[in-house]
Amino acid sequence: MFGASSRLQSRSLPTSAGPGSRCLLATVRTLDPRYLQIASLGILLTFGLGWLGFDQSLINVSVILATILATQLVLGWIMQPGRAFDPLSALISGLSLCLLLRAGSLWVLALGAILAIGSKFFLRVDGKHVFNPTNFAIAVLLLFTDLAWISPSQWGSQTWAAFLFACLATMVLSRARRGDVALAFLGTYVAVLFLRALWLGDPWAIPMKQMQSGALLLFAFFMISDPKTTPDRRGHRILYGVLVACLGAWIQLGLYNPNGLMYALFFLSPLVVLMDRAAPVASTDRYAWSRPSI
Amino acid sequence: MKRLLYATAAVGLAIAAPMDRAEAFCGFYVAKADTKLFNKASKVVVARKGDRTVITMASDYEGAASEFAMVVPVPTVITKGQINITENALVDHLDAYTAPRLVEYFDPDPCNIPRPMAMAPGATAARSADAAAREDRRRSLGVKIEAEYTVGEYDILILSAKESGGLETWLRENDYKPPQGAGPVLASYIKQGMKFFVAKVNLKEKDRLGTKYLRPISVAFESPKFMLPIRLGTVNANGPQDMIMFFLTEKGRVETTNYRTLKLPSDMDVPIFTRNEFGAFYKAMFETQVKKDGMKAVYLEYAWNMAWCDPCAADPLPNDKLVELGAFWLLDGPGAPSGPGVMPRRMRPPGGPANVFVTRLHVRYDAVNFPEDLMFQETADSSNFQGRYVLRHPFTGPATCSAGEAYKRNLQTRFQKEAATLANLTGWDIAMIREKMAKAGQPMSAPPIPGGDDDAWYKKMWPGRSSP
Repeated sequence: MFGASSRLQSRSLPTSAGPGSRCLLATVRTLDPRYLQIASLGILLTFGLGWLGFDQSLINVSVILATILATQLVLGWIMQPGRAFDPLSALISGLSLCLLLRAGSLWVLALGAILAIGSKFFLRVDGKHVFNPTNFAIAVLLLFTDLAWISPSQWGSQTWAAFLFACLATMVLSRARRGDVALAFLGTYVAVLFLRALWLGDPWAIPMKQMQSGALLLFAFFMISDPKTTPDRRGHRILYGVLVACLGAWIQLGLYNPNGLMYALFFLSPLVVLMDRAAPVASTDRYAWSRPSI
Repeated sequence: MKRLLYATAAVGLAIAAPMDRAEAFCGFYVAKADTKLFNKASKVVVARKGDRTVITMASDYEGAASEFAMVVPVPTVITKGQINITENALVDHLDAYTAPRLVEYFDPDPCNIPRPMAMAPGATAARSADAAAREDRRRSLGVKIEAEYTVGEYDILILSAKESGGLETWLRENDYKPPQGAGPVLASYIKQGMKFFVAKVNLKEKDRLGTKYLRPISVAFESPKFMLPIRLGTVNANGPQDMIMFFLTEKGRVETTNYRTLKLPSDMDVPIFTRNEFGAFYKAMFETQVKKDGMKAVYLEYAWNMAWCDPCAADPLPNDKLVELGAFWLLDGPGAPSGPGVMPRRMRPPGGPANVFVTRLHVRYDAVNFPEDLMFQETADSSNFQGRYVLRHPFTGPATCSAGEAYKRNLQTRFQKEAATLANLTGWDIAMIREKMAKAGQPMSAPPIPGGDDDAWYKKMWPGRSSP
């Protein structure tokens, strides 16, 4: 009696669970990838605030998110009248700012949020915005004021493996088709770290430690791989990832500036415009959030 | 036995000599006191604005002066004018001002045993070699003496080298015996274009000056490298070491950019008996935190504008002392360096804050967990932080009213909480804590059983009813 019942269950489980899980996966993959990114960034922020002791208060987070959504609403209403309010991209930029940007005053954080969204609306060429909004806000505040900073080591190295897993999972599931630029960047950057250690005769522990950085992964999977600000062609994207890695490593290791990656992406972003103009793609082949898996 | 002090980079000091045990903690902090926590740790003061950096390395070296030597990687060649010998009192004052509140003395760290450095017996004979021969030898080793000065009681050389093998040999032959395995680290610094600041004590000058203790050496230079090299000090080190770093900046707090900087737990209520064991308490708490974070973090112990403090562990340093320690920007500002520079204690300055922000960082490091030199940045964060621990004395008079009874009942909860806080912070046995609390006038009834009847929700409805 028992045996028969068990067999029945073991036979029926795969047939009922199989289509269900495939269905769920398919749903996730056809979903606007920004939902998944928002979920990932939200989890990272919760983890950072709750467990890693980030130097960011809930008030700061509220100010950034409220300002960024309000700016998106107002500028969207003025610049693109008739278009429905789409908070998703602004929310991604806002959460990224919460994770990265630190300032002594609330108004500086609000300014960061306004700069981020402002850059998206005003700094446009050929129908694309030139800078990743979060990168633009951070780079401008770091380069031209002494009011803000970023804490690249706030993640520590102990949580790195889990972090890497979360980033890869988000990339695979979201099918944002920009994993190439993230991997090209990461591969080059890590190679530079190891080659430098080889040249200096340093123990591998040093490049390993430099590589195991949450900030590096966040940059690779959520900033440089922003589909809207990367070249349209794959070859260009890979070249772009390599160049950002090289310039970033030079600023960081050669000029001893801890914000090297932020600056490298900021300075090289205009290159995307040139690359896209050099070998344009049809507008239908351009990236659109509604067609993530194209 | 030859004793050597190896200073890393612009500074991480790795003490390479066995030190005498420090005297035990001997009291509770009262207003003015010499506060020495982890008083066998290296102490470094870094003043920085832009690329201009002044590093002051204080040594608590207590061995024979003739046996003292230090090697510090520095980013540039240093001229004689860029070196200053200052007073221990200045660093001690800064230490006292920034120390965790209410602490006067601290037990030495038994785990932080300085690394003994035996000197080869033949080395002294090598010194008697002919000067010309030594010069040839130095050249053949690819070591170049960029500059040579006597400043205060120190003979100082600035060295550059072509390759680490030659430098290591030269250091060994000239009584600066580097630790075994220093070669690759020296090679890495050479390839990064670093020079080596090498100092020994000039006994004649020391006698002439009549200085009893070795005084701190300050070095001023311009470099984009905001770092403290700790690697030389970790080579072949005997266990983890402590370093306390004091940063003087114009704007705000300093943090490490390649290791996590965490705030130590602060503003906590702890049992009253902690007053008599504050040194042991702080040390245990630091150790517990280090363990919890896998010895991978740097800890913030103090961050404050130098114009005031609340409460004060020592008076803020006046401007002339801050300038002596490297806060050169004060020379251009409105606060004259000769003036008092600071407001009376516990008061905010009426004309805005002074232009010096002090950050105190504490790190326990070894080669495994800290393979890379410490890199820093100044942030725009000028908010205050201090290690502050609170003792609350209960009211001991008769409490006959109902509010008094409630107060007495609440006291039990408070004592339990204080005991749990202390156990959690220090890892001490809670039974021992409760026993000490009882002796110190904080008795507790039987400890509550977690999830037991004492805390039950229904007790709050009928507090007068006793259990059968």
